[in-house]
Amino acid sequence: MPSAVVVRRYIKPAVFLACLLPLLLLTLHAFNIGGDLGANPVEKIQDTLGQWGLRFLMITLAVTPFRDWFDAPWLVMLRRMLGLYGFFYVLLHFLTWLILDQGMDWQEVLVDVTRRPFITIGFIALLLLIPLAVTSTHGMMRRLGKRWKTLHRLVYPITLLGVWHYWWQVKADIREPLLYLSIVVVLRAWRVWTAMRPRLANRKTAAA
Amino acid sequence: MLIRRPRPGDSAAIQPSQITDEAVYLDRRRLLQAALAAGVTGLGASWPADATSGGAPLTFKPNPAYNVTDPPPNKYEDITTYNNFYEFGIDKSAPASNSERFKPTPWSVTISGEAERTGKFWLEDILKPHALEERVYRMRCVEAWSMVIPWVGVPLGDVLKQFKPTAKAKYVAFKTVMRPSEMPGQKIDVLEWPYVEGLRIDEAMNPLALLAVGLYGKTLPNQNGAPLRLVTPWKYGFKGIKSIVEIRFTERQPPTAWNISAPNEYGFYANVNPQVDHPRWSQARERRIGGGVFAARVPTLMFNGYEKEVASLYQGMDLARNY
Repeated sequence: MPSAVVVRRYIKPAVFLACLLPLLLLTLHAFNIGGDLGANPVEKIQDTLGQWGLRFLMITLAVTPFRDWFDAPWLVMLRRMLGLYGFFYVLLHFLTWLILDQGMDWQEVLVDVTRRPFITIGFIALLLLIPLAVTSTHGMMRRLGKRWKTLHRLVYPITLLGVWHYWWQVKADIREPLLYLSIVVVLRAWRVWTAMRPRLANRKTAAA
Repeated sequence: MLIRRPRPGDSAAIQPSQITDEAVYLDRRRLLQAALAAGVTGLGASWPADATSGGAPLTFKPNPAYNVTDPPPNKYEDITTYNNFYEFGIDKSAPASNSERFKPTPWSVTISGEAERTGKFWLEDILKPHALEERVYRMRCVEAWSMVIPWVGVPLGDVLKQFKPTAKAKYVAFKTVMRPSEMPGQKIDVLEWPYVEGLRIDEAMNPLALLAVGLYGKTLPNQNGAPLRLVTPWKYGFKGIKSIVEIRFTERQPPTAWNISAPNEYGFYANVNPQVDHPRWSQARERRIGGGVFAARVPTLMFNGYEKEVASLYQGMDLARNY
């Protein structure tokens, strides 16, 4: 297992840079370096950012189960950064939609957010992510105490909203959103199972 | 020419291109080209029978009556790399990269149902009586993006009349070829295969409806529906069924692929209508492909701007119900 110093000095900066790769690739393609954004660049930017937002949220949810499965407690040191990257990509996805796709046509934006359920869901997910991002600092963790954990459990419903948002906008091929949903369900099930195990064990001892 | 439906093991299954000596075959083509160059175009459409993968030059006349200039036509590259053709995969780029193995020649189309002349016909024979024309049409996808495309083809109605539809022919049904070995997307159940589409007979006979065989003056690339596809520019793009192998005249409204998949979202008519939204998204505006990253969406026009030509077809119909 790597020491805390190794994680802080080497692993964390490396992961930080790796998380920027999707954005870097998108930027390079925008300038026709190593690829391009195709015939519909706005759609490409928006979809790519949204997908990575969702993926980073799922990666964040996977940290604790992976810690348990691979006996790697140091993974937890990366969790906040991964979660913030999720927020970062979701926010960029939203801004792409607002500025490039809708051209900041506020009336249309308002109609879409209030009347198109899949956009409403995505928007709610983004709003719910804001308090999590704001309270991600050490100071906030201390100040909120036990309530911090309760608040940050919101990440599960938020990720589910994200998957739902994705599911609802595909035309016929639901394979990818279905895969995402399965991943979230498995990760959540693991957490519920591990939380219940000691209680079940206690009940058994009590019965005996 | 009427062709018997070839059965496995039947000698009729051998295509003419396989038994003709190559030298003769190539010479025939040279003769045909010479004839066309001499201006004998009136005798028939110049369909290059050896168009194997699209991009073979066609002889045609531009039809000035159908010539969208604003916005200008999209680039060939955009039209041929951004496609919805689920038979080759779901992503917009999939048809361009997965359609190499598809063989659009030789090609025949089965004409069946309520018509006097039915049977299986070679594509070149179907096209022969008609002169190819170029029409620059707007194309509006149900996903709220649009292009302007210079098609080459023949009016659908002219072709249909060849087969003398009877009074019972109230609708025309179309079917795409079923070839999972050449069309990898057909191995995935995202839609019911083969893709089917249909028009009311008066819609099919409207001069705007086009059977396209070419794009930018050349035969259709596989990803755009080679060798024969429907173009109905006042309807959403999914009505434009590709790689057609069967045309059937029917008395009843035929089933259509997207309507089977999601009946509350995709209707039989699928007319472009900015006032009738898709249940999940607005159809009021569209993104023009080729406009670049900073171009705003533009308002969608009723019947995609072809109101004058087609509005009379739907007089008295509730278009919100008949979406």
